[in-house]
Amino acid sequence: MAKYLLLKHYRGAPPCANDVPMDQWAPEEVSAHVKYMQDFAARLQETGEFVDAQALAPEGTFVRYAGEGRPPVTDGPFAETKDLIAGWMVIDVDTYERALELAGELSAAPGAGGEPLHEWLELRPFLTEPPTVTE
Amino acid sequence: MDEALLRRLTPGVLAALVRRGADFAAAEDAVQDALLEALRVWPADPPRDAKGWLIAVAWRRFLDAVRADAARRRREDVLEEEPAPGPAPAADDTLQLYFLCAHPALSPSSAVALTLRAVGGLTTRQIAQAYLVPEATMAQRISRAKRTVSRVRLDRPGDVATVLRVLYLVFNEGYHGDVDLAAEAIRLTRQLAAAVDHPEVAGLLALMLLHHARRAARTASDGSLVPLAEQDRGRWDTALIAEGVAILQAALARDRLGEFQAQAAVAALHADAPTAGETDWVQIVEWYDELTRLTDNPVVRLNRAVAVGLADGPRAGLAALAELDPALPRHTAVAAYLHERDGDLATAGRLYAEAAHKAPNLAERDHLTRQAARLNRTRRRP
Repeated sequence: MAKYLLLKHYRGAPPCANDVPMDQWAPEEVSAHVKYMQDFAARLQETGEFVDAQALAPEGTFVRYAGEGRPPVTDGPFAETKDLIAGWMVIDVDTYERALELAGELSAAPGAGGEPLHEWLELRPFLTEPPTVTE
Repeated sequence: MDEALLRRLTPGVLAALVRRGADFAAAEDAVQDALLEALRVWPADPPRDAKGWLIAVAWRRFLDAVRADAARRRREDVLEEEPAPGPAPAADDTLQLYFLCAHPALSPSSAVALTLRAVGGLTTRQIAQAYLVPEATMAQRISRAKRTVSRVRLDRPGDVATVLRVLYLVFNEGYHGDVDLAAEAIRLTRQLAAAVDHPEVAGLLALMLLHHARRAARTASDGSLVPLAEQDRGRWDTALIAEGVAILQAALARDRLGEFQAQAAVAALHADAPTAGETDWVQIVEWYDELTRLTDNPVVRLNRAVAVGLADGPRAGLAALAELDPALPRHTAVAAYLHERDGDLATAGRLYAEAAHKAPNLAERDHLTRQAARLNRTRRRP
C-alpha cells in the first residue's frame, strides 16, 4: 500500500499533445472534460483507491516572516514563477505500476475536439511511516 | 467498555452467523453493525453474556438486511434467487476466517483491511484512520474484498503462508490513529498460533514480540529514530523478549526452518547482547546466509552486508555490498555506514546526504540528514 500524488500543472509541465487553451474548446468539450474527471474520481472511490482530489486557484500570494511583532510580509503573485500547480489527486494503491496506470488514464481526459489531452502529470510518492522490522 | 473483549469475540460471532446459514459477506456486514451497536450501548448498559448479545443483535441485523434486500428485489422485479449458502464451515471456524480474509485472490491492501475487520473486529473508521484514507474508500475496499471471496468455499484449509504475509504487513507498516496496529498484529498472530500448530506461525509471533520489545527504545522523546546500536537496552521489554525467545526455541527445535523463524533468530541475537559491542555478528551472518537460501529477498542480502561489515570489518561489508544492485532501497545508507566505519568520513558524509535524499520515509530521512550533518561538522572542525 502506498500513497501517490498525481500533480496537475497550470504551468511548468512539458507541453501536452492536445495543447489548446480550455477557453477555446467547445462548451460541450469542457463539460465532457469535467465529467471525465468526476467519473475517474468516482471509479477510484469504488475501487477503494481514492484519498483526495483538490483544485487550486491559479493565483496565490507569497508570504514570509517579517521579524518579531511585525505582520508577515506578502508579495506576488510573480508572473515569472516557472511552476504553477493546478490541483492534485491522491491515490492509495498496491503497486507503483498501478499508480502509473491510473496517471495514464487521468492524462487521457478529453480536451479540444474530444481528443485525449495527453497532459503530463507528475507522479510523486508520499514518504511513509518507518517500518517496524529494521534488520 | 472493553473494546479488546469485543475484538476477541468478533471471529466467533461471525462464524456463528455463517454456521446458521448466512453467507459470509452479509454476515460480516451484520457483525460490523452489531459491533457499532455494542460500542454505542455497552458503556451504559453492559450485557451479561457479551457473545450471546452480539450473536443475537448481528443475527437480527442479518435478517433485517435479507428482508430489505428481498423487498428491494421485488420492487425491482428481479426474480433471481439468492445463491444457496455454502456448507457449514469445517472444524475450526476462526482458522477458516483467517484463510478466507488472506485469500490469494485479494490484493495485499484488501486482505489487510478485511482481516482487520472480520477477524480483528475493528470498525471501518478505525481501519481507515490507521491507513490514512477516507472512511468511504476503506468501506469500498472491504466490500470489494468480500465480493472477491464470496465464491470461495469455507471448507478447505488455506495456505498458512498467505495469512502470515498479511499479519506481517499489518505489523510492519507502522501505525497511526487510535489503533495500535503492531499490538493488533501480535494479538491476531497469537490467536492464529492458538488455532494452528505451525513452526512459522510461532516464528512470526516470536519475530513480532522481539521487535515490539524494543519499541520504547526505538524513538527518542523528540520522535527521532534511535538506531539499534544506540538504543538504551535498559528500556527493552525483557518479558516480551523472554517470551519471544522461548517461542522461537520451541519452533526451531522442530527442525522445520522458515524465513520468519530465521528473522526471529536474528532479532533474538540482538536481544541477547547486553551492549551493541557484544552482538554476535558472526552468528547473525550465518542466519542471514540461511535466510538467503530460504528467500530470494534482496533486502536480506543488504542486511547481510551490514552484518558482514560488523563481523569481518567494513571492507568485507563493502565487498559484500558491491555485489548488490545499487538501486536497492537503503543501499546508499548502508554504504555510508560502512564507509564511516572504515574511516572514510568524506565519502560517508556525501553518501549519507545522498541516502537522505532517497529515503522512503520522513523519520529515516531526518536521521540520515543528521548523520550527514554530524560528519560534515566534524570535518569542518578538524
